[in-house]
Amino acid sequence: MTTLHEPELLLGAEQPVEQGEHREPGGFYRWVTSVDHKVIGKNYMYTALVFFFIAGLMAELMRTQLFNPNGHVVSLQTYNALVTIHGSIMLYLFAGPIAFAGFANYLVPIMIGAPDMAFPRLNSLSYWFYLFGGTTMLFGFLTASGAAAFGWTGYTPLSTATYSPGPGADLWIASVAMVGFSGIFSAVNLVTTIFYLRAPGMTMFRMPLFVWSMLITGILILIAFPVLTAALVMLYADRHFGAHFFTVSGGGVPVMWQNLFWFFGHPEVYILALPFFGMISEVVPVFSRKPIFGYKGMVFATLAIAGLSTGVWAHHMFTTGTVLLPFFSALSLLIAVPTGIKVFTWIATMWGGQVKFNTSMLFAVGFIAAFVMGGITGVMLASPPIDFYTHDTYFVVAHFHQVLIGTTVFAMLAGFYYWYPKFTGRLLHEGIGKAHFWISFIGFWITYMPQYLLGLRGMPRWVGVYSPNFTFLNRVSTVGAYVLGIGMAMLIVNLYWSWRHPVPAGDNPWDGHTLEWATSSPPPAHNFHSLPPVRSTRPVWDMNHPEHSDAVPVVTGGDESAE
Amino acid sequence: MSRRSITNRRRWRRRLRGPAVVAAAGTVLAACKLPTFGAYTGNTVQGNATFHLWQGFFVASIFVGGITFALLIYAIIRFRRRGDAIPKQVHGNTPLEIFYTAVPILIVAVLFFFTVRVENKVDAVAKKPALRVDVTAFQWGWKFVYPSYHVTEITQGPTGYPTLVLPVGETSTFRLVSNDVVHGFDLPNFDFSRYALPGVVNYFDFTPQHDASFVGRCSHLCGLYHADMLFYVKVVSASQFMTWIHQQQGRASA
Repeated sequence: MTTLHEPELLLGAEQPVEQGEHREPGGFYRWVTSVDHKVIGKNYMYTALVFFFIAGLMAELMRTQLFNPNGHVVSLQTYNALVTIHGSIMLYLFAGPIAFAGFANYLVPIMIGAPDMAFPRLNSLSYWFYLFGGTTMLFGFLTASGAAAFGWTGYTPLSTATYSPGPGADLWIASVAMVGFSGIFSAVNLVTTIFYLRAPGMTMFRMPLFVWSMLITGILILIAFPVLTAALVMLYADRHFGAHFFTVSGGGVPVMWQNLFWFFGHPEVYILALPFFGMISEVVPVFSRKPIFGYKGMVFATLAIAGLSTGVWAHHMFTTGTVLLPFFSALSLLIAVPTGIKVFTWIATMWGGQVKFNTSMLFAVGFIAAFVMGGITGVMLASPPIDFYTHDTYFVVAHFHQVLIGTTVFAMLAGFYYWYPKFTGRLLHEGIGKAHFWISFIGFWITYMPQYLLGLRGMPRWVGVYSPNFTFLNRVSTVGAYVLGIGMAMLIVNLYWSWRHPVPAGDNPWDGHTLEWATSSPPPAHNFHSLPPVRSTRPVWDMNHPEHSDAVPVVTGGDESAE
Repeated sequence: MSRRSITNRRRWRRRLRGPAVVAAAGTVLAACKLPTFGAYTGNTVQGNATFHLWQGFFVASIFVGGITFALLIYAIIRFRRRGDAIPKQVHGNTPLEIFYTAVPILIVAVLFFFTVRVENKVDAVAKKPALRVDVTAFQWGWKFVYPSYHVTEITQGPTGYPTLVLPVGETSTFRLVSNDVVHGFDLPNFDFSRYALPGVVNYFDFTPQHDASFVGRCSHLCGLYHADMLFYVKVVSASQFMTWIHQQQGRASA
């Protein structure tokens, strides 16, 4: 690699003696002991993917039960437990961790030119909290009374000792609390890393949008997760220490749980979504061979989403009759504006570009389509009268699955196919990848479009049996879920293929723009042997395409830190 | 240069169609010629208002979604990679960015305006209703009490669903509570649901418009038999309603 204007930057004094000093152990021992952000990031990603497939199988089981109006595949109690654990795994153990602890861990330090996260040991601790927390939740199925069965939202009083006795619920509380702590640790680590470990020249407004998304997500986590942890402690005290936070008879207020939960829960939805918006903001420009359209607009849109998201929690509570409707409705509707800006920005980035449709870009476009659909129905649900009508029906189920699968699965896969060569040094198979996309994408629409209609016709959520007049649409949806499942299985096929038939990726297979493409694939122990100069948001592009560079010319003798 | 300004103007005109159609949609809604878009028409004065709001939102969605999808599909087809050329490196366009921020704000403001109007209608509770119904939700059933007639309908066993009978054209005020956990009092054909919460009393009105019978449900997960927490709703004429009341009173005293 050649640097253009200045001598190579050495990262830390220990760099020259790296050979021999930094021999990483291999295999299981490395997995258990490493504090390298790349190893922890990969641990997070693969663990989250395992949880994703477990929860996906639960979804297939539920859809099989719903193939017939009076299905006998599982008992009603098991169905409720499956609903609960499916939702809990997908939200607490898959969607969040894979992004803000998996991708972020691996990519953020490299993208800002840092050798590691700010607190490597805390990072490792966070992973073990996550792994043990996650498996704790699954252990609920091994208890005599079964796993928690009150929905992933755990509404009181259903989740109190009176109505949900047994250890399943306690395991759920302990699990979510542990994963919550893990999230808080990750957020502290991320925010510190981004503020303090940026390479020379990497000003805030030169950070990749993925890093911006992760910074804002980290701040949102620090706002939202402690509230959830507090609520869980209160619930546990109610269950075991005779407290009465959520029981009417002791002077408590059950609705308080909903307020506390959604004060976490709605920012959480954006905690899940923002990192993936960030990924799309990296993938789309690279495959369009253009810079992102309106970089600062994107940053401010992300900040606006984060700000608004802390003031919309009660739109989950419109039908409780206890919240001020116009306020929460207005803020919820307004959130459509920054999200709309993002969608238009991605389209404008493609506009006039040279868009290459490989698997990663297909998933990115699939995400935009799914997200627009889910976003539009979200605007409908932000209107309290329409919410009264559709609340807790399959309309809502279809809405949030379209948004969440759109972001946390399609956008995640866009990022996964994009960065996998960086993670492993190998390419994924394009043919299998395209089959993966098309089968999943088609299955996705077959699964969820009928559910909107089911909801409008009055089918409630969380039911293992239903009236026979809903049968046809449910069958269509179930078939769609199988197709979606087959599509997702292609990911496993592709991972196996790339493992058995490795195709070397090279350092920069996509003509990428940001710093992670300036180092080897996979990167060395402390990420870089040398850094290219950072003169814009696209340092690697500037280096590879000097004739189209965005770099700010360097004034000789100028103070770089003044920029 | 002049050619670009013409295309720009054309583009602006095309984008400005957004708010214009939303406004037009409001007018069309008054005429009520739109399809139902999958929803129930809402067999109450309140539910019907919700239904019209739904139609308005749906038309706006077709429009906004249509434009977005059209732009996306056009970009996918028109700008596929066809060679190794490096495209023009456009970093942004401030007027365009302001435009695609301002137009959504405008659309959202219009949607909010109609939302508040309908919301006030749906949430209004009459001072002197023709009928009072006290609804209590419990695991796993419903109790409907008509306090002025001393009539009670209650779930009896797993398939003994109770019937909520309402007179057509009269405004009934409901008082909704829960005995145990959170339930959802959901009447899809009235385009309405409301949580039954322990410790909170909820009031709302129904003014049914046409004779009808349908099934109401519990919409919120409330434990093992949540799926089976059904009730029947019957909207009948005022005289049929009184006949039914007398039958019930007779049965109670017998």
